[in-house]
Amino acid sequence: MNVCILSGKGGTGKTTVAVNLSVLLGADYFDCDVEEPNGFLFLKPENVVSEESKVDYPVFDKQKCLLCGNCAGACEFHALANTRQSILLFPELCHGCHACELVCKPGAISYAQRTTGRIEKGEAHGNRCARGVLNVGESMAVPVIRKLLGGLPENGNCLLDCAPGTSCNVTAALKFADAAVIVTEPTAFGLHDMLLAAELLETRGIPFGVVVNKSDGKDEIIESACTARCIPLFGRIPFSRMAAEAYSRGKLLANLPEYRAPFESIAQSIREAFAWN
Amino acid sequence: MELTIISGKGGTGKTTVAVALSDLIQNAVKADCDVDAPNLYLYYKGEDVEREPFSASKQAVVDETLCVDCGACESVCRFGAIAGHKIDPFACEGCGACALVCPQCAITLDDQNDAQIVLTQTQKGMLSRAEMAVGSEGSGKLVTLLRKNARRVRKAEEWIVADGSPGVGCPVIASITGADLVLIVTEPTLSGLEDFKRVAELCGHFNVQAAVCVNKFDINPEITETIQTYCAERGIPVAGKIPFDEAVPRSINELKPITAYKNSAAHEAVLELWGRLQEIARTVTGDT
Repeated sequence: MNVCILSGKGGTGKTTVAVNLSVLLGADYFDCDVEEPNGFLFLKPENVVSEESKVDYPVFDKQKCLLCGNCAGACEFHALANTRQSILLFPELCHGCHACELVCKPGAISYAQRTTGRIEKGEAHGNRCARGVLNVGESMAVPVIRKLLGGLPENGNCLLDCAPGTSCNVTAALKFADAAVIVTEPTAFGLHDMLLAAELLETRGIPFGVVVNKSDGKDEIIESACTARCIPLFGRIPFSRMAAEAYSRGKLLANLPEYRAPFESIAQSIREAFAWN
Repeated sequence: MELTIISGKGGTGKTTVAVALSDLIQNAVKADCDVDAPNLYLYYKGEDVEREPFSASKQAVVDETLCVDCGACESVCRFGAIAGHKIDPFACEGCGACALVCPQCAITLDDQNDAQIVLTQTQKGMLSRAEMAVGSEGSGKLVTLLRKNARRVRKAEEWIVADGSPGVGCPVIASITGADLVLIVTEPTLSGLEDFKRVAELCGHFNVQAAVCVNKFDINPEITETIQTYCAERGIPVAGKIPFDEAVPRSINELKPITAYKNSAAHEAVLELWGRLQEIARTVTGDT
């Protein structure tokens, strides 16, 4: 069972929910928010090993290249340009799809790899944890996410801490999801972006429920939307300045006596809803 | 002056700051560049004066009547998007490699209607925004277009305030390159600090002038201190510090700028931030 944790809006508490549930559910943790991965700050894993994440890019054999420009014509991402003196590559636009190679008649194209990020794997609280880290200045997070999730265990219990938003970074992780949890907050922003995330999950047919973080006890704005759409509410995490301060120091909220019960209750709801064993 | 507001970490208060500054700046043109989760537009009522479909990506489509199930497409797809000649629309990146090798010419690339690009005339100036289909790609290109639209409708000397997205990837890069000034809104948490360093490095990488606003600075004074030291060492000006203030969540739920809460501590802090930002803007443009 792989459960994706997403939110639509950033900063609602995806990572807070994911790291605490990882401990309570005994699940492996994968930080798929590779642009800003923060889960390790809370889990503080040991025995971390790092591996580079690479992408393919074309290399041109000048002896063979006829400067016909078929490659540039085939590139849907405008990563190649034919200057008539040479073929220019814009590496940050290249998706590594190899379409250029397919149309190169003289066979002048081969591939090399460049590093755009890294994968780190370690252990914390008896669970495996891993994260992808996109190098600063690189624009494409998806290859790093794919590489990270290529290492998902078969038949494991895993929590996938996703990127904010609803675009390609999130869908790259959803490909592996059996179920999902949307973490939101009781504000107009939280509601708006939760509905975007819900729409995405519904189009993919992934079962999900909602956790309200920073709850002030009056979460009507989220509750009524969930009721109207028959979305189960898995629980709420109360807001307190104490929790905000503990979070700021990288502490696990479930270890605070006041927060144990809400997290246990969310964990139990998830076990029941997704038949998590 | 084109100001882009980013944060690295989500939820640190980009939109709150963007709305407050837009309220303080006369005739600011606003751009909601957080196209994945746009919230800025929720504050403004207005009339859409322009609306255009936008397609940033393509997707492979198989004509079943021509397909002979040879498997050539599946063998060349680098994205694992084809299984038994069925295309997974969420994995397909629209590269067209499958179409190139199909002996039956059964595969075409279709434009995806990723988004609508909209210009909204609000009571307080123009708003450039997008309505994006969930799960779609191409947000970087979309962001570039939204900024272009904002520049087109801006009159000379007017400010553009662009509300960016979290992260350091494609949409963020598209929102900061060529901006006159980037305001990084961060918070004093370990996550906020970590992510702040990454976006500060990104601004350096693309040679864009950055300034910093520490939101909820009193939640953790030590980390606020760490952020200030980091900034001092790298010559990044700290333009403002906003205290933790209950008026902020209230302002979000009432969809009013924090500047409408005159007695709040956050309002006071935003006024100071705006004063300091104007000074920084003058040094950026070489205007004294």
